[in-house]
Amino acid sequence: MNPDAASTDRPTVAFDNQLVDAFKTIPELLSRDEKLIGRGRLLDVECLLGPTVQPFHVTICGGRILDMTPAPVLMRSWRFAYRATPAAYRAYWQAVPTPGWHDLLALTKRGEATLEGDLHPFMSHLQYFKDLLALPRRSGLVSAP
Amino acid sequence: MSGFVEPIVGRYVHVEIDGEINRIYFEENGTGIPLVCLHTAGSDARQWRHLLVDEEFTKRFRIIAFDMPWHGKSNPPDSQYGDEYRLTTATYTATIRAFCNALRLDRPVVMGCSIGGRIVLNLAISHASEFRALIGLEAADFQQPWYDTAWLNRPDVHGGELCAALVSGLISPNGPVVARDETLWGYKQGGPGIFKGDLYFYRVDGDLRGRVGQIDVRECPLYLLTGEYDFSCTPEDTLRTAASIPGAKATIMERLGHFPMSENPAQFRAYIAPVLQDIVSRQNT
Repeated sequence: MNPDAASTDRPTVAFDNQLVDAFKTIPELLSRDEKLIGRGRLLDVECLLGPTVQPFHVTICGGRILDMTPAPVLMRSWRFAYRATPAAYRAYWQAVPTPGWHDLLALTKRGEATLEGDLHPFMSHLQYFKDLLALPRRSGLVSAP
Repeated sequence: MSGFVEPIVGRYVHVEIDGEINRIYFEENGTGIPLVCLHTAGSDARQWRHLLVDEEFTKRFRIIAFDMPWHGKSNPPDSQYGDEYRLTTATYTATIRAFCNALRLDRPVVMGCSIGGRIVLNLAISHASEFRALIGLEAADFQQPWYDTAWLNRPDVHGGELCAALVSGLISPNGPVVARDETLWGYKQGGPGIFKGDLYFYRVDGDLRGRVGQIDVRECPLYLLTGEYDFSCTPEDTLRTAASIPGAKATIMERLGHFPMSENPAQFRAYIAPVLQDIVSRQNT
């Protein structure tokens, strides 16, 4: 984690600790999924992912997450961002999500998530990112909304 | 069981569409009321394989599923290789009518899914007298776009992988994994630009808002069924459409998404059985 992240004067925003903790488990869950890593074998990207209240700068190299640092980080660039409301992630991570909350693009369609920047890495690896961001479903750590 | 041969028979029929002979691949099984099934955009008639072997349905229905030109085992028309494929309402309608005429089907039932569901509405508007009943799965007069189709056919993105990844979210998350995988496999096998070309009809040319009120279900019964997990053609889209067609029957299907017949055949069967029974009952009265 980047120590600078904690030293910014960003205004305090109330956020969902359980949700952020669940998001932090993604690198570990990914490291145990060789199939998913394999599907991202040609993917190298810096992106911004996570809940709108606490996104993370994520460095992916060869399908593996090399670094995940809470935003903001001073002058750190990203190629694309996928940010969703805490309610959206909470719903998306249920074992059986409710209709309309079960897919990353269902969430953008309903206005609960935003997709910004250069979308090529995201679109060329769409199933990878859908499955990557669904990994906390497996742990069942997040309670129902 | 190794050696088991399914009762489905696949053949080719030559069909003249827009002045050109097309070699159309179709599969069929059963006897009785002709039931023609239309696949979704960017896929092919394999989506109907479970319905085609249903022992009960095939006692009452001659179930037929064909690959649209440019899809599955139906090649593009000879004169159109190299052209950009764009499905239009006129060509889609002409294809279905020409196929039914080529097989000399007597007032068939037509059941279509997604773009097939949309075109069923157009058949109900313009050609109702030719059909015994019409069934639209994941059908509506219009639905809001949720991605840019320009991504579907470009050299720096694998079209098959992207098409499958996009539609994967339209499948109910709690269905059989193998059926989900098979449904997506169809999308991975589509020709370049075909899904995009089908969506030209779906998004641009086939907007039926303001026209479905012309449908008279007394001439041809209309059934609309939509899966609760379909966020492309949402249950609200279907219910809105049905509300503007007096007498249309709309059903929202639980634990199903945009591909009911292939993503969870058993769950779909529970919903389509009463519809087919209703059609048989009308036939007998």
